[in-house]
Amino acid sequence: MSTTVQLGYLISACLFILGLKRLSKPRTAVQGNMMGSAGMLVAVVVTLLGFDLVNLPVIAAGIAVGAAVGVLLATRVAMTGMPQLVALFNGFGGLASLLVGAATLHLELGNDTLVSTDLATGGLTVAIGAITFTGSVVAFTKLQEIFNGSAASAAVLRAGNVVLVAGAVVLMVLLVLSPSSMWLWLLALVALAAGVTLVWPIGGADMPVVIALLNSMSGLAASTTGFVLGNSLLIIAGALVGASGLILTFIMCRAMNRTLGNVLFGSIDASGVTADADSVYEGKITSSSADEVALLLDTAEKVAIIPGYGMAVAQAQHAVRDLTRVLEDRGSEVVFAIHPVAGRMPGHMNVLLAEAEIPYDQLKEMDHVNPTFSQVDLAIVLGANDVVNPEARENPDSPIAGMPIIDVDKARTVVVIKRSLSPGFAGIPNPLFALDNTLMLFGDGRTAVEEISSAMAEL
Amino acid sequence: MTFVIALTLFVIAVFLGVELISKVPPTLHTPLMSGSNAISGITLIGAIAAAGAGNSALTTVLAFGAIALATINVVGGFLVTHRMLGMFKRKG
Repeated sequence: MSTTVQLGYLISACLFILGLKRLSKPRTAVQGNMMGSAGMLVAVVVTLLGFDLVNLPVIAAGIAVGAAVGVLLATRVAMTGMPQLVALFNGFGGLASLLVGAATLHLELGNDTLVSTDLATGGLTVAIGAITFTGSVVAFTKLQEIFNGSAASAAVLRAGNVVLVAGAVVLMVLLVLSPSSMWLWLLALVALAAGVTLVWPIGGADMPVVIALLNSMSGLAASTTGFVLGNSLLIIAGALVGASGLILTFIMCRAMNRTLGNVLFGSIDASGVTADADSVYEGKITSSSADEVALLLDTAEKVAIIPGYGMAVAQAQHAVRDLTRVLEDRGSEVVFAIHPVAGRMPGHMNVLLAEAEIPYDQLKEMDHVNPTFSQVDLAIVLGANDVVNPEARENPDSPIAGMPIIDVDKARTVVVIKRSLSPGFAGIPNPLFALDNTLMLFGDGRTAVEEISSAMAEL
Repeated sequence: MTFVIALTLFVIAVFLGVELISKVPPTLHTPLMSGSNAISGITLIGAIAAAGAGNSALTTVLAFGAIALATINVVGGFLVTHRMLGMFKRKG
């Protein structure tokens, strides 16, 4: 690799670093994203000019196909489909690394120059890339609701996963000790299967952790590819992405008071729950109507809206925006309280509400909004359940004990918009629904919010 | 590049990544993921180099696939991030 190419890569690495830094602040995020793409452009141009490339038509065709598909996906996807798209992109990144790692190693397997660290990092690239790819595909199918892993098979899959990961480690050792393509392709197959068994048993509400983890792994795979190719830019850029994905993963885990191991290999144990749904809810549920909620909103000075995955499913974000405008025109203050793991990926609610043109400074983080709930006249819970369950705070034996929640129960009145009393992902009843100051508004989230808005108009 | 130098770059970049990202507000979690995912499409240059050096049919096919996939990541990732960030507005 010539010095010119290396210097070009250095410029590109600097642009990635500055880009990521700016991408993590709202005011500079757009600029950061552009710096990142500039870094990528520099890297690609330098590579095209700096290497003696024999297969130019193949390269041009690959880039043309990829760019066309990329533009199509990025411009066509609806914001509600964003978790799926992010999952898919993670998977493509993993598969690309898998292919590059495997192709490079396959080519060099005959050479004497191949040392054991090349084989080890090559094996690692293939393994991480493969797990990222199939794991992301499974996550995609789950988010798209094509498949849903059933709980009954979870134990079998987890056992299978342990076997497959152990098998992958053995194959990696074999690849280093007696290099041959056979081990390489076997390793790829075993790791592909391990990606499936890893993500399959993980359920909906844990998806934000999985997506963030796969994001991290797609970066790691690029980084290990850099080890194989001796390419500093791949190592640096991949490591940056790996680190940022890992931070997001831990932010998500902390927001559920669970460890990464528990999310991946454990399950929420609802068997020890003493209270069953009937004893929690019986005779204590107050059902409400859109007209009644409108009357309450009429006098409410401060309103908090707590969205959850249900808002995404009902596609209620635009209806919520309309209601917010009505309330603000009448002089009420409206804030949105966002739990970090609400939805199916990190920041899911923020993206949906941004699409509905709700300013991002109106969206409050859990830690900031919780101390203010005693001043909230009306809290509207829209399609959220476990993240507003007071059991997490009050019952140390609860399966979700210790999980940070949004303290809606401290608001003067709580309205919960929900289809039924069915439990959330944790599978436990929510005593919030039975509180004296809670009103249940049963129905589809979007329809319910629209009905409240029209009831307000008639006041 | 020796393995130790590669490892040094990796470890320092991980620390740098942690420093860069640790204060990101939740509003930017999704754009950060899609934007950083586009950056992980840097595998593209590895794929280009692999395709360029390729002399067997198998490696050419693998490299073509890798180039196409990584380009989807890069182009799609930066573009969708730009689109998303365009929706984030401040009040007033």
